[in-house]
Amino acid sequence: MAAEYRTAQYRTIVRDGLWDNNGVLAQMLGMCPTMAMTTSATNGLGMGLATAVVMAASNLLVATFRGYITQEVRIPVYILIVAAMVTLVDLTMNAWMHELYKVLGLFIPLIVSNCLPLGRLEVFAAKEPVLPSLMDGLFMGIGFTLALTAIGGVREVIGSGTLFADASLLLGPAFKFMEMKVSPFDSGVLVMILPPGGFLATGLLVAGKRILDLRAGKAIATGPAGHCV
Amino acid sequence: MTTQPTWLHAAVLGAFCTGFGAVLALTDALTADPIAARALEDKQNSLAQVIPPGLHDNNPAMDVITLPGEHGKPLTVYRATKGGKVTGVAYEILGSGYAGEMRLMMGVDTEGRVLGVRATQHKETPGLGDKINPAKSDWITRFSGLSLDTPPRDKWKVKKDGGQFDQFSGATITPRGVVGAVRGGLEFFASHKAQMVEVR
Repeated sequence: MAAEYRTAQYRTIVRDGLWDNNGVLAQMLGMCPTMAMTTSATNGLGMGLATAVVMAASNLLVATFRGYITQEVRIPVYILIVAAMVTLVDLTMNAWMHELYKVLGLFIPLIVSNCLPLGRLEVFAAKEPVLPSLMDGLFMGIGFTLALTAIGGVREVIGSGTLFADASLLLGPAFKFMEMKVSPFDSGVLVMILPPGGFLATGLLVAGKRILDLRAGKAIATGPAGHCV
Repeated sequence: MTTQPTWLHAAVLGAFCTGFGAVLALTDALTADPIAARALEDKQNSLAQVIPPGLHDNNPAMDVITLPGEHGKPLTVYRATKGGKVTGVAYEILGSGYAGEMRLMMGVDTEGRVLGVRATQHKETPGLGDKINPAKSDWITRFSGLSLDTPPRDKWKVKKDGGQFDQFSGATITPRGVVGAVRGGLEFFASHKAQMVEVR
């Protein structure tokens, strides 16, 4: 692999992660946490941020050790690394960021069941240098966060009539201003915050992204065959 | 490409397992104490919601007795004492909701009156059954002051079943489960009062 990574390549990494090859909207990976945790924009944001941390850390580690990981045992080693990062994040947050942990704690173990981190290790970090791998993990993670927040936002606005409710529990009291009530009614279209709403909102956003890409004249990126969710 | 010997793969996998195992063991050792402290704080906070602070001069989270509960499962009872006398107790009760078991914490004074009830863990439907959450509705606070005689025992039901407790619009199973659990909790107090308020 070329030793020097040029700015244009970093730009591609950023654009791939955020939009072109977005983990949820293009690769269609990580559907389990995507469906399960996006009952509100805040939940989606929290799940996304925790995943981004784990993805950046595990991409970094795999890229660092990639010279030592033999082909035959690479998958167990990747899973080991992702699981170790998740456990590390879980323990540290429980001990020193307890308020945040009470909101996010339920979601964190779910990161292990997310195929997106594993996919990035195999597709990117196993072949590329350390810094680009870190960037890839970080921006894939941020793209995942954006997608989950958007899906959560759609479900929350239609389903509960609020947006970013309880954001101050996740981000701190300074973010109280984000909590919005967008509907005059006490409850909304309940189905959107129940499991079917996850499929509806995700489908709508995937379709929306494809329409935008078509308008922009881009080829539609479709993800790898979905043998893993 | 030459074939790598099997022992090499074993060594690589073993090395990674050992390395990350050590990292996790170290993290666990560092975080065990803070996590235990946080868990105790959480317990105190949830107890503070069902036992008014004026009622005790001890730390109920630390004054714990264990009684044989329903189905032979041990039940942890937290005791509030003032001047060495028990003024109230709190324990966990279980109700069956629309989406499985609901865990609630209830506080009872020595006369068998409810001091407070809070749901600690439940999976009820957002927007319907989750009105048992005090942030969403004051419903759960209406148990305070009630006892097995007020209202009479056959009124300890939701209105739909001929009792006196409101159900939620669109959700009857959740409040029915909570009312049943609270009544069960009061019956448990009645049958174990002596052991609960006995001074050690």
